[in-house]
Amino acid sequence: MSMDMTQYLDVFLEESKEHLSNLNQQLLTLEKNPGNQAALNEIFRAIHTLKGMSSTMGYEDLADLTHHMEDVLSDLKEGILQADSQVVDLLFQCLDRVQMTIEQIERTGTAGFNNQDLIKALGNVKADIFTTQDQGEVIAGADTIQIASQSLHTISQSFSFDLNEYDLTVLQEAASRGYQIIYLRIAVDPASLMKSVRAFMVFKVLEEDCEVLKSNPPVPDLEDGKFDDTFDIIIVTKQPANIIIDRLEHISEIRVDTYETVDISQLAVQQSTNTASQTTQETKEPSDIKGNQKIKQTVRVDIDRLDSLMNLVGELVMHKGRLEEIGSSRRIVELNETIEQIDRISSDLQSVVMKVRMVPIEQVFNRFPRMVRDLAKELNKEIDFQIEGKETELDRTVIDEIGDPLIHLLRNAVDHGIESPAVRAQMGKPRIGTIVLRARHEGNNVLIEVEDDGSGIDFERVKQKAVDKGLVSSKEAEEMPNEKALELLFSPGFSTSDNVTDISGRGVGLDVAKNKIEALNGEIHVDSKLGQGTKFKIKLPLTLAIIQALMVSVRDEIYAIPLSSVDETTMLSPEDIKLIQGQEVMVLRGTVLPLYRLDSLLEVPGEKQSDEMYVVVVSKGDKQIGLVVDGLIGQQEIVIKSLGKFLAGIPGIAGAIVAGDGNVRLILDIATLL
Amino acid sequence: MQDIRNLPAEDSYHEDQELQVVAFRLGNEEYAVDILYVQEIIRLLNITRVPRSGPHIEGVINLRGNIIPIVNLHSKFNLQAAEDEEDKRIIVFKWDEMQVGVIVDEVSEVIRIKRQDIEAASKVYGALEADHIKGIAKIENRLLILLNLAKIFEAGW
Repeated sequence: MSMDMTQYLDVFLEESKEHLSNLNQQLLTLEKNPGNQAALNEIFRAIHTLKGMSSTMGYEDLADLTHHMEDVLSDLKEGILQADSQVVDLLFQCLDRVQMTIEQIERTGTAGFNNQDLIKALGNVKADIFTTQDQGEVIAGADTIQIASQSLHTISQSFSFDLNEYDLTVLQEAASRGYQIIYLRIAVDPASLMKSVRAFMVFKVLEEDCEVLKSNPPVPDLEDGKFDDTFDIIIVTKQPANIIIDRLEHISEIRVDTYETVDISQLAVQQSTNTASQTTQETKEPSDIKGNQKIKQTVRVDIDRLDSLMNLVGELVMHKGRLEEIGSSRRIVELNETIEQIDRISSDLQSVVMKVRMVPIEQVFNRFPRMVRDLAKELNKEIDFQIEGKETELDRTVIDEIGDPLIHLLRNAVDHGIESPAVRAQMGKPRIGTIVLRARHEGNNVLIEVEDDGSGIDFERVKQKAVDKGLVSSKEAEEMPNEKALELLFSPGFSTSDNVTDISGRGVGLDVAKNKIEALNGEIHVDSKLGQGTKFKIKLPLTLAIIQALMVSVRDEIYAIPLSSVDETTMLSPEDIKLIQGQEVMVLRGTVLPLYRLDSLLEVPGEKQSDEMYVVVVSKGDKQIGLVVDGLIGQQEIVIKSLGKFLAGIPGIAGAIVAGDGNVRLILDIATLL
Repeated sequence: MQDIRNLPAEDSYHEDQELQVVAFRLGNEEYAVDILYVQEIIRLLNITRVPRSGPHIEGVINLRGNIIPIVNLHSKFNLQAAEDEEDKRIIVFKWDEMQVGVIVDEVSEVIRIKRQDIEAASKVYGALEADHIKGIAKIENRLLILLNLAKIFEAGW
């Protein structure tokens, strides 16, 4: 039996990454609490699975490394070895290597790392034990396996194979040459996502010195994973049954449920009894399996397909808009009802598609505990890192982008925020610093907070630094309120840390993070109390693909302004416009609002036809400005399209939409408009 | 983009190698582009102006849901556009996943050109312009200017 492995590569990569992320988490738990048996078991199980997967895929070096990790882990499990920092560090190193290997496989399709250094280190850890431990342990372990497989024997009874004349002849022939005939019922872990691969591994192991004569269900079904959690096979072999079973049970997620050595002379008789007993068994099993499968029926879908589904829904929403226009301009009453229906269905459809694209923020958060731990270790700090709300869901488009800014913030918190244990003790704080990363939904937004109980931000130092860098004059700095000073942190090239470290302090963290978040239509704010800690708050939209926008007109052109940046709109008469040093302003409820005319900002051709003017008040960071437009058309749901590579990066233009009439309209990017 | 001379001709069993081009008119001059880079030819659509883009960007169009930038080669080459709108077309070029439309005054035809009839551009043009041009094809009494699209578009606006 042969299978093409390339089709499993994606599954392998995806699963390996999941296991890795899980391993990192569990190992962190173990590090905190070396006696945590649950974490240890989880690690063992995951490494074991990784090992099996890599050897099936033919990545021998990976299998080898994980095999040696497993050895050390099994010593940990049996309590022969303690999960001290040396061992945990080594295991972390191994995980990093595994990750590198997997990344390389993803890029190049081949592994090929020399892991001898780590394998040797793992061996050393193990060797340490053997100097103190009695060898007897190992033999005792082997004994238990023997007993376990023997006990299987009594469970067995019922196999059903349709053996034809030909099969019987082959079996008789095999028996006469001294081969054993063994029936095996192989159980695959119901949670396994690679059932067919497991089956393939079973066949691969058996290939060595057995002949698989028959399988139920037949091989093609096994290849397609079309079987419940068990399958039966008949093998002929010269090896004793328990050796083969032992070997099979080394495959991860595989268990030999029952087995039977068959006496060829009784074969015919047994067959008839088997069919009888099988019926009773059948009635029991399917209900079990069905119950299991109903609970978690999930499908892995290629992200491209979701994207194109999203595009199609976008088109639908667009044409819905067009229908609404026709309906209202022609005043067709019969059409209205249909339009309402379509409106309801399309918005339902849209929200379903959006939900499908939602991913828990866990995906991003999961890599942080490890990062914080490594940083803390490097800087000799003690940090308790807590994550809250990792189940909060976000659109994939946002998830992909949010990782980098968060890394910046966390690095800052570890490096500049949390003080060294000695300093903390001096200040009467607990030695161990706390960093909390939390996420939660708030309306159509997601709030992410990074909070530390470290040294906080020294406003005076920030101001001083800003003066030194020439960002503000010393007079300005003196009068500057503290909230303003915090904004300085986000200016390009700003860093308050006196010593530049590898981790942060080069002054390219916060402004980059801020730009990224604003590019996602988000906001970032910071709160800080000197000596007590700092809190960064990030607000992000749930999705970037479909947004609400305000359509405005300027001369003959129409533009869309994302509603998220619109605060309010108001009519404007010429006498409301005042001049302050050449800058047009208006007074809106006691506040001076700078005005910018969209026609001149965008060099819109043509003459203004009417006196009507409106102001769209938009937020740009913490500031408000008024955009002067000719008319307000209304609020619309728009599907953002990119202008493409050729026109990328035009300041003030965030993208395009296709309007209901088929024309292209441009979306304004308030952050870069001025 | 490959040099036009190295491209495999469609029917390579011909002794004399041939090139298939789409010929079009800009002002009073005739131009041609390798047909392999032509995605489609469409009638004029509403073009939306893109503020703050380059001087030769006419705007963007919606081509079945895709946003396509439209380039004005008339202004790029300093040519007078024809008054008559009737024959004007947009040729949508595609290469390297990039799509760009060009407004032309008229699409004349698809022609096969023998490679031996193509004259190197440097003989006629100065070095700078020659960069945009792959050569001049002589067909009976006509002169077709073979454009090097990639060079033109990567130059920026």
